[in-house]
Amino acid sequence: MSELLQFLLSGVTVGAVYALVALGFTIIYNASDVVNFAQGEFVMLGGMITVMAYTAGAPLPLAALAAVLATAALGVAMNKLAIEPARGAPVVSLVIITIGASIFIRGAAQLVFGKQIHTFPAFSGDDPIRILGATILPQSLWVIAGSVAVFVGLWLFFTRTLLGRAVLATSNNRLAAQLVGINTPFVMTLSFAMSAGIGALAGVLVTPITMTSYDVGLAFALKGFAAAMLGGMGNPKGALVGGFLLGVLEGLTAGYISSQYKDAAAFIVILAVLFFLPQGLFGRKSTDRV
Amino acid sequence: MLLVEGLRARYGRIEVLHGIDLAVNSGEIVTVIGANGAGKTTLLRCLSGVHPAAGGTITFRGDNLSGVPAWRRVGRGLSQSPEGRQIFTNLTVEENLRLGAYLFADDRVEKDMQDAFQMFPILKEKRNLAAGGLSGGQQQMLAMARALMGRPSCLLLDEPSMGLAPIIVAQIFDVVKGLKALDVTVLLVEQNAYGALKIADRGYVMETGRITMNGPAAELIADPRIREAYLGI
Repeated sequence: MSELLQFLLSGVTVGAVYALVALGFTIIYNASDVVNFAQGEFVMLGGMITVMAYTAGAPLPLAALAAVLATAALGVAMNKLAIEPARGAPVVSLVIITIGASIFIRGAAQLVFGKQIHTFPAFSGDDPIRILGATILPQSLWVIAGSVAVFVGLWLFFTRTLLGRAVLATSNNRLAAQLVGINTPFVMTLSFAMSAGIGALAGVLVTPITMTSYDVGLAFALKGFAAAMLGGMGNPKGALVGGFLLGVLEGLTAGYISSQYKDAAAFIVILAVLFFLPQGLFGRKSTDRV
Repeated sequence: MLLVEGLRARYGRIEVLHGIDLAVNSGEIVTVIGANGAGKTTLLRCLSGVHPAAGGTITFRGDNLSGVPAWRRVGRGLSQSPEGRQIFTNLTVEENLRLGAYLFADDRVEKDMQDAFQMFPILKEKRNLAAGGLSGGQQQMLAMARALMGRPSCLLLDEPSMGLAPIIVAQIFDVVKGLKALDVTVLLVEQNAYGALKIADRGYVMETGRITMNGPAAELIADPRIREAYLGI
């Protein structure tokens, strides 16, 4: 029993990170129908920039904030320099551009940060908390709280604010969005900033547990993508549930089968979803009349 | 209100508008009629700013609109109900209308929405449904209502009758006619020449990117050339 609980708790922790990455995917997808495969690099940058600022002497909260803001700015730059000039290109081309951007960011990170593994101290110490015979790190609670808070914020943004609905409207019909007065270039800028900022936040929260290096982004991107697909691309609720489900699945696979196979869980999920449930758990069926 | 001089437009290297001159005075309903492919939709797309003009000037309420992006023209009082309706299919009817008033956040938004529901009662019935599930006629009503939510002083209407049953067309033309009472000037682009000329004050005839005739709607409707070419009489 306590064994199962332990696997679940570690699964929920990584699941929270996947959920954050999936939420990042959701925002850009909602604004532009593009799946941004550089999302994982934002996670890497969040951790890395915090490490750099922290070792340079900045207090940890300030270092974390700087990392989130700097990554958000980089997301905006990526939109301006790589996505916007290709406006009008098919979505598949834009997706490939994001893959190119992720390779570029990874390479640049290797030059700037080196190949070493980095970390910084956990926010609230390293003493595990005991729950029914299992243990959880205080940092895990930070990760879980972070992803739930971001989800609630995004959910309110998309359902309760006019700007949030403008983002949805822009993805649904860019022409019509312009015709009702929505500044569509700004919506894109905002989406990339939010998405990159959330990715960086995930990196900041998880680095004390998993540590970071220049090449961790790809794994986060793939897992987050699997989570988003599982929940239904474009749906914040789906991203959250998909992230936690995938994390738990991975935790159980690692615990009961072998940690060698834990990464396979994500890819089996992608395949299964694509075969049997292409809309994901919460995806909307499109029933447009023409 | 709206003055177009020498307007040219291209798709790639092919010029499709070869110098359009057109004027719409405040309070008028002006129609542009013409066959499929004459450039009517391109004309409206240039006016609303979603297609770049390649030459000429567009003056709206005294301001030159060149270089003004589409989303800013709405704020100046120039709204378009586009060809093919272009509603937000994954949002509800009410959300579509609310987004029509995207630039506004005052009490008038709610009032305008009630006015829209009064104009098209079916939209009120379906207010909480996804707009993508509406019928063609209902989508057209939603597109017009959404454009009106932007508080236009001039409304650009692109083919509101396209693909609709005659009874719905009549209803929509009635609403267009009624816009005069709301101080909304209308530029109506139509293939349904007879229906459009009957409610318009003046009309322009467009053929392959040029204006070939213009005059009071009553004169055009009586003109033998128009009767033969566009009215099938």
